[in-house]
Amino acid sequence: MSPMRSVWLSAFVLLGLLAVWEWGVRAAGIPAYTLPAPSLVVQTLAAHWGSLAASWWFTLKVTFGALALACAGGVLIAAVFALSPTLERALFPVAVVLQVTPIVAVAPLILIYVESTTAALLLCAWIVAFFPILSNTVVGLRAVDANLRDLFELYRATPWQRLALLRAPSALPYFMAGLKISGGLSLIGAVTAEMVAGAAGRETGLASRILEASFRTETPKMFAALTLLVATGVLIFWLFNALSRWLLGPWHTSESSRSD
Amino acid sequence: MPETDPSPLISLHEVHKRFEPGVQALAGVSLAVHAGEFVALLGPSGCGKSTVLRLVAGLDAPSAGRVDAPALRPGAGPATAFVFQEPTLMPWASVFDNVWLPLRLQGQTHADVAPKVRELLAAVGLSAFERAYPAQLSGGMKMRASIARALVTRPQVLLMDEPFAALDDFTRQKLNADLLQWWQRLQPAALFVTHSVAEAVFLSQRVLVMAARPGRVVATVAVDEPYPRPAAFRHSTAYHTACRALGAALEAAGHEASAA
Repeated sequence: MSPMRSVWLSAFVLLGLLAVWEWGVRAAGIPAYTLPAPSLVVQTLAAHWGSLAASWWFTLKVTFGALALACAGGVLIAAVFALSPTLERALFPVAVVLQVTPIVAVAPLILIYVESTTAALLLCAWIVAFFPILSNTVVGLRAVDANLRDLFELYRATPWQRLALLRAPSALPYFMAGLKISGGLSLIGAVTAEMVAGAAGRETGLASRILEASFRTETPKMFAALTLLVATGVLIFWLFNALSRWLLGPWHTSESSRSD
Repeated sequence: MPETDPSPLISLHEVHKRFEPGVQALAGVSLAVHAGEFVALLGPSGCGKSTVLRLVAGLDAPSAGRVDAPALRPGAGPATAFVFQEPTLMPWASVFDNVWLPLRLQGQTHADVAPKVRELLAAVGLSAFERAYPAQLSGGMKMRASIARALVTRPQVLLMDEPFAALDDFTRQKLNADLLQWWQRLQPAALFVTHSVAEAVFLSQRVLVMAARPGRVVATVAVDEPYPRPAAFRHSTAYHTACRALGAALEAAGHEASAA
């Protein structure tokens, strides 16, 4: 199927679902505090745009801040692991422990230990997001073609040349695969941690808006905030897919347009 | 006569090579290749042909015996080039950048090498594909790029490990003829590993027949035909005489191997 046609198809399905929702709510007379119609969600979004946009901005800052730190940390630790298998064996279990511990369960502790709430949220989101980047990049840095490695040895490449011209480009597709996963996870981490923090006030994100609205049974406002979260997730997904296609498209099979 | 030249460019003297689990890859191999000579190593799979190339390139060390080759002399620069069975191009780099690589590793910039690389790409028939990625090339074109990369340093020694084994017969014959032309321009000492009798005879001045388990040289057959060799050489008496001699030597080697 051509890309244009598949875009139209998904848009059609999405609009169809929204139409069914709108029609169902009106026809069954479901009250707005149970399930608001999409049109009411849009109205609520517009009415509370000021506070929602500020919260959205805060959530975006935490999400992308944590993701940036996850990239830096993940790649740095992966490079250390690739250089020293001993360090990898010693420290990988720690990374696994961080990865398998449910973030909802440790977030309360982190909120006690870290004074600034923003820093605590960043740390929670980082813990969730960094593992896929780490584990993928470690594999990528090892996945160098053996003959190419021989070629670099034959021409007496310096360690820096090996890293910049051979290992880094070899690892890039793996890193991108990790980044796509971590992008979604950092948003989940940011929202989960804020749910646990239950913070109120000006410097808070969309999760706080959802909690507030739920205490007041303002269901349409919950949906409005949720809509912004979904939009953020889709945006992140789209952004990293585009980045991956731009970086790997011309040469890597994962982004090849051929369907053979 | 090269045979009487006192100082060959490449020499192996009673070389043994054992790999870890007790596999005897080479047992007492001696050979000499002089500057400007084209020598083929012919034998069945597992007879250590590739191991000989890796020793000459300095990618492996002998377990016993003496190896002397330009790649093993300190500070010799990129005097040795290696063409692998797979094209071994960097998939993320254009054809130009792949051919540039050996000089880039010596610190030469794009501007330094552009005329040299373009001239070489023209010689191997890839001028129109300078900016193409390897994934966009056919198997034969990838191998042309791989050979261009090997020749870009004007090597003294050209090592080739069954470079055309994966190609179809037409492409292979065409590349055999082209390879002889390219080789004649620079006349490096060439050591060409193959398991094809026809290829060994068409290309080389001297064919060393190897036997397996343990790997050793069991016969030497000279091909008395000056270069340049036309396609009609494949139908000459000299060609068929050499092929028959090699067929007999291989058969004898096979009997020896099964008796041992």
